[in-house]
Amino acid sequence: MDFISALTVFALAIFVGFEVITKVPPTLHTPLMSGSNAISGITIVGAIIAAGLSINPALSEYLVLGYPLTNFLGFLAVVFATINAVGGFMVTHRMLEMFKKKD
Amino acid sequence: MPSALINIAYLIAAILFILGLKGLSHPRTAVRGNLLGALGMFIAIVVTLARGNLSFELIFAGIVVGSAIGVFLAVKIQMTAMPQLVAIYNGFGGIASVLVAGAELVNPIGDATLQPLVAIAASGIIGAITFWGSLVAFGKLQGVGVPDQPVRYPGEQLVKILLLGGSIVLGAMVVLNPAEVEMYWIMAGIASILGVLLVIAIGGADMPVVIALLNSYSGLAAAATGFVLSNSVLIIAGSLVGASGLILTNIMCKAMNRSLANVLFGGFGAIPETAGTDDIYAGKVKRTSPEEAAMLLESASRVVIVPGYGMAVAQAQHAVRDLFNFLESKGVEVEFAIHPVAGRMPGHMNVLLAEADIPYDKLIEMDNINPSMTQVDIAIVLGANDVVNPVARTDPKSPIAGMPIIDVDKAKTVIVIKRSLSPGFAGIPNPLFAADNALMLFGDGKKMIQEIVSALKEA
Repeated sequence: MDFISALTVFALAIFVGFEVITKVPPTLHTPLMSGSNAISGITIVGAIIAAGLSINPALSEYLVLGYPLTNFLGFLAVVFATINAVGGFMVTHRMLEMFKKKD
Repeated sequence: MPSALINIAYLIAAILFILGLKGLSHPRTAVRGNLLGALGMFIAIVVTLARGNLSFELIFAGIVVGSAIGVFLAVKIQMTAMPQLVAIYNGFGGIASVLVAGAELVNPIGDATLQPLVAIAASGIIGAITFWGSLVAFGKLQGVGVPDQPVRYPGEQLVKILLLGGSIVLGAMVVLNPAEVEMYWIMAGIASILGVLLVIAIGGADMPVVIALLNSYSGLAAAATGFVLSNSVLIIAGSLVGASGLILTNIMCKAMNRSLANVLFGGFGAIPETAGTDDIYAGKVKRTSPEEAAMLLESASRVVIVPGYGMAVAQAQHAVRDLFNFLESKGVEVEFAIHPVAGRMPGHMNVLLAEADIPYDKLIEMDNINPSMTQVDIAIVLGANDVVNPVARTDPKSPIAGMPIIDVDKAKTVIVIKRSLSPGFAGIPNPLFAADNALMLFGDGKKMIQEIVSALKEA
């Protein structure tokens, strides 16, 4: 993806975000924050690739040791991003259930 | 897995995130919305694992450790501690971006063109500010390590500008000379110091703004990481979170009639204690007892409860529910008036009251309840202060001038439950406490509500 395409996606997504999120009522603002936190755990995608990087496609050889520094940084990132994603969605679910039960 | 398929799966994940946030537009659809978001995340993770060229040991170790911590936090956290949890989650999002960008910089097979390098520097700076700023916010909210009061010193703005300039210069050096990896970490270190200084200068009651802003930063950091990896799902998800945080920040600032710059760089900390407290309160403050409050409530037909941070501190939400249930059973109309900045994060009061089983349609926004405030028999102010201070309407020189407030002073009778006459976060006296229609009930919020309920039941 070239820079302009990436920028296009970014700009359009910001507009979609504004449209969608202005409709969230104040009563749900805390679950909105924890839920959007969980979504920002999407960094896990990059973290997984860094943590698992082991094959150089250009050389098509498998490196048993991988790339130690990249892998280690990736591992730490996987831990933090997973906390965000798993913990974020779960605690949001817990809160939203409380809003729901008096329906 | 072919890359077209991977990208389609990422697109589906992005659509699920948008649908998930859309679901939050109503409490009825919110649970399903959140599950859609989680499904999107699951799909994104699975396709990433299936893309090939990966060894799984460290990935799974990381996922196991992270899931264990995440589940533990999500299950164990008290609802009153939600602001701290959200603060720390913001921080984790930030540090994950710093690490991924750092990993990409040292990645020996990555391509080092301009776009990823600029994005690496941006991820590192935004992520580090987010992480350390969030840790300080966590400390302030949890009451560990850092003072709740703003920490201010001469020349602080200059120091922050220099740090920001310094981290940008180092970021440019990373872009120009990516082989010198240590520059990246020095840059992140300087941005970290900036993150600490930015938040340490902000007082506890301004935390709703700060948390919302850090929420936005954590999204922008994720979006920047998306530019590093040229990955659309990261860019989309990050932008959504960034937009969400900005909207909340804006709502919080409007609810205090202050600009974001004022919250971040000015703040109430700079305002000296206002004199004349004695003139306002002397001889005019009327005390009441739980028994008298109960008698007044018995003859009321419409009651509005205004909760503030004090309700969270006193853990009074369950006692409030008992009062609510009793009054409702006697045919009294009871509603809750929620100020946007009540508590320590957006929607803080709503979550606590939902935890106590108060139906959400009883939680009324400030703008919707104010027009009918004159028809309220009794307004109970529970642990709130600045958000009900009529000075905001009357004194243009006051630090809270123009801030929208809940007009409890227009109710027939106001019962203020508070430990003492001490000022709120803005540091100014509240003439409401000395008003003719106001009664002060001094004591712990939870205990006072419980005593009112037992007095009502005995009667």
